Amino acid sequence: MPDFTPHTDEEIEQMLAACGLSGTEELFTAIPEALRLAGGLDMADGLSEPDVVVETQRLAARNPGADLICFAGGGVYDHEVPAAVRRLGFRSEFVTAYTPYQPEVAQGVLQMLFEYQTLVARLAGLAVANASLYDGASALVEAANLSVAATGRKTVWVSEGIHPTWRSVLRTFAQGTGHDLKPIALRDGVTDWPIPADGNPPAAVLVAQPNHLGCLEDVKTAADLAHGVDGLCVVAADPVSAGLLRSPGELGADVVVGEGQTFGTPMSFGGPFVGLFASSLAQVRRLPGRLVGETVDNEGRRAYVTTLRAREQDIRREKASSNVCTNQTLIAVAFAIQLSWLGTAGLRELALRCARGTRYCREALLAIDGVEPLVSAPTLREFSLALPVPPETVVERLAEEGFLAGVPLEPGLHQREGLAVAVTERRTRAEIDAFTASFEKAVR
Amino acid sequence: MTADDQTRANGGMGATGRSIPLMGRDSEPTIFELSAPGRRAASFRTTDVPEWPAEDLLPAGLLREEPLDIAEVSERDLVGHVTRLSHRQYSVDLGAYPLGSCTMKYNPKLCDDAASLPGFTNAHPATPEGWTQGWLELLADLDARLCAITGMAAATLQPPAGAAGELTGLLLMRAWHAEQGGRERTKIVIPDSAHGTNPASVTLGGYETVTVPSDDRGCVDLGALRERLDDDVAGIMLTNPNTLGLFEEDIAEIAAATHEVGGLLYYDGANLNAILGVTRPGDMGFDIVHMNLHKTFAVPHGGGGPGAGPVAVGRRLVDFLPGPRPVRGDSGWSWQTPPKSIGRVHSWHGNALALVRAYSYILASGGDGLQRVAERAVLNANWLRHRLRGVYDVPFDRPNMHEFVASTGSLKRSSGLRAVDVAKRLLEEGFHAPTTYFPLIVEEALMIEPTETESLQTLEALASALERIAASPEDAAAAPRTTPVGRVDEARAARRLVPTFDARAADESDRLS
Repeated sequence: MPDFTPHTDEEIEQMLAACGLSGTEELFTAIPEALRLAGGLDMADGLSEPDVVVETQRLAARNPGADLICFAGGGVYDHEVPAAVRRLGFRSEFVTAYTPYQPEVAQGVLQMLFEYQTLVARLAGLAVANASLYDGASALVEAANLSVAATGRKTVWVSEGIHPTWRSVLRTFAQGTGHDLKPIALRDGVTDWPIPADGNPPAAVLVAQPNHLGCLEDVKTAADLAHGVDGLCVVAADPVSAGLLRSPGELGADVVVGEGQTFGTPMSFGGPFVGLFASSLAQVRRLPGRLVGETVDNEGRRAYVTTLRAREQDIRREKASSNVCTNQTLIAVAFAIQLSWLGTAGLRELALRCARGTRYCREALLAIDGVEPLVSAPTLREFSLALPVPPETVVERLAEEGFLAGVPLEPGLHQREGLAVAVTERRTRAEIDAFTASFEKAVR
Repeated sequence: MTADDQTRANGGMGATGRSIPLMGRDSEPTIFELSAPGRRAASFRTTDVPEWPAEDLLPAGLLREEPLDIAEVSERDLVGHVTRLSHRQYSVDLGAYPLGSCTMKYNPKLCDDAASLPGFTNAHPATPEGWTQGWLELLADLDARLCAITGMAAATLQPPAGAAGELTGLLLMRAWHAEQGGRERTKIVIPDSAHGTNPASVTLGGYETVTVPSDDRGCVDLGALRERLDDDVAGIMLTNPNTLGLFEEDIAEIAAATHEVGGLLYYDGANLNAILGVTRPGDMGFDIVHMNLHKTFAVPHGGGGPGAGPVAVGRRLVDFLPGPRPVRGDSGWSWQTPPKSIGRVHSWHGNALALVRAYSYILASGGDGLQRVAERAVLNANWLRHRLRGVYDVPFDRPNMHEFVASTGSLKRSSGLRAVDVAKRLLEEGFHAPTTYFPLIVEEALMIEPTETESLQTLEALASALERIAASPEDAAAAPRTTPVGRVDEARAARRLVPTFDARAADESDRLS
């Protein structure tokens, strides 16, 4: 019903006449008659704006899960998004721009991406970061591809501490690239290094920090192991934990990837998020996606532009090592704004508040009869429990009480069924106490 | 000159370009240069959780010694910084953006509101399906509508962008052929006018690219295609209308010839805007279709993303789709993974909020509105071609679809005017530039896609600007003069790589020492 095209009937006639045509259907004479859709689409006519509002509000209201007090993580966390980030992130200059192909009129997006790259590189402890990828999982796939290209090897060692859905995405894309993914098991919550040599040295060792059970891994050992066989060390790192932890780059990582949802983006049913990707300078010519660099304009003024473009698919075509074109710039912009809002002290405080809430909640839940730690390794913002009843049942029961209790863990992987519980800076003591009380009833 | 003319002449950046402080012309320091120790914007919820020190919570060996340096700014400084940067950025909401192949149409604001509803934004993706029935219903209805639009049987909404959709499609082809058995197929045929993502995706899909040339009408050379089709060919990837804005008139023959050797047809949906409600890829014989929701269905481009690249398939490929997908049962909607699924291509359900934007756009447009989109997009592009055909070369000067490719080939020989000059001059005329130097088969190419949302007045102003540019080639070298920065030194950016603020600081201390 709303017409998003501006043409008046008179203008249409005038424009058709200018093209030497007498009717709209003559615009499509290149399409063979047999392929034309007689009678248009099999779809109802358009709705007015208020009617669309009613319909989308009806659907949104059918998601009571959005109102649950969130103790779920699994790569997506319920962090605060302040008003300033929301308001700035919705500025239409950023929202409705295209890829900065014309830098003279895209300095806003380009500089925001330059600041984003700086922040991601600092979090990673590495020299360079790209201008974003789709999400954490796609960034991990690209890191594996980069490692294979850099080493000429096809084998990739994948810690089972990496989130199961990310590993699933890795497997899907390995069907095309033919990479040989070797899973490395966990022992008591952390990757069971070292790995016996089997004759095929890996292109890379992939490890998560913290891993999907919430446990903190020994990144240095992973890096030493990778470097000992001339492979790369790829760390899937959580950017919030970076507020307290030594950076993966400092510990020897060559590539750091991550899920950037934690800064500036609500949980959004899983997307759009932003894939963080940082590397050492040695790998910069294999970096996937776009890279913004600083330069000057014709009057010597500071300016920004996408650079090292010869890596990219539109130039390299079938020789490109990545097909990425569209990325997640707008989410990267929100990430940079949120992180700047937090600032140096705020980032540390955020991570510390997560760690405090996590400890408080973990101790409270472990005091419940029958609830046990699944693993014992130290955690920061998420921890895993073994339960006396199936975790799916606990999640359903707690949803009835107003809580999203966590993410059920794949059975089999750790011999016992488990539940991963996450606590962010938003959870109050009162919420955690109420959650604990409901949890106690739910596991009976 | 009126004030409006002056504003346009100054690139839409203010009445005189330089005279309004802070509005676009002045360079903006980085956030790191605005920082002062001890300043802060952040505040946190009062939680009453015990305030254990970090050393009591985590092993000492894991802790960083110094806080990670971000920046220390007030909220007011941060807001000022980002707002000033936004004034240095062109966007569709500011003016026309005739960037060929990118479909930079106006995106209705109602879609922003729909995607901001807390019932959508606050849902954790691992919430049990009983608690997110609205989400599953929306995704399933969007799936069905995209299939109605493309003439396919079922879709996956997981691919977060067009290139991800392409790779998903190629993995579907791989899985399909593996099930058929026989010798492994190794090749994918692609026209020489294709987007760069196509051959890059082919390589990542484990295939080899075979290029088929275009004929003198700008379409796939059918004879050359037949020579390349054999039982090594897994499939063909086509954009239709193609990147020259021309409809592949032989598409039925192309489909028949490809199917005859056992290959599949992949439809690159970059140009779907041109055919909405007029014809459908499924009816043309395509087996796999990706859509760029950020082009055709009003998901804003966000300065480069996020987009969304759902993939729809014909009946025989449905069982191979990525999962899980929303399926209707007796007790409502649930997630199910197809029996022969290639697996996940996204960690959750795709760029979900972008899918809400597209859904609300499709609801508002309806079948009638979507058809109007194609009609007006094609009308605008043809009108502009007619208007400019005497001024610029139009190498394939026949009825086009939603875009056409012009060239400065003759102008370059007579006056030195190149495609890049036209692009930079248009910026100072207050328009975004067309796509330049693509497709690769046209010299000095200007690929122009006005989209359906630009009015006749805007098209006339754009055409006039392009005429002025052709008539005054001597102005080109200095352009653009009214933009936030002048022509940018791209060679220096690559030669002396400064990808972060810290690299700049190191570079400066190098030069000082």
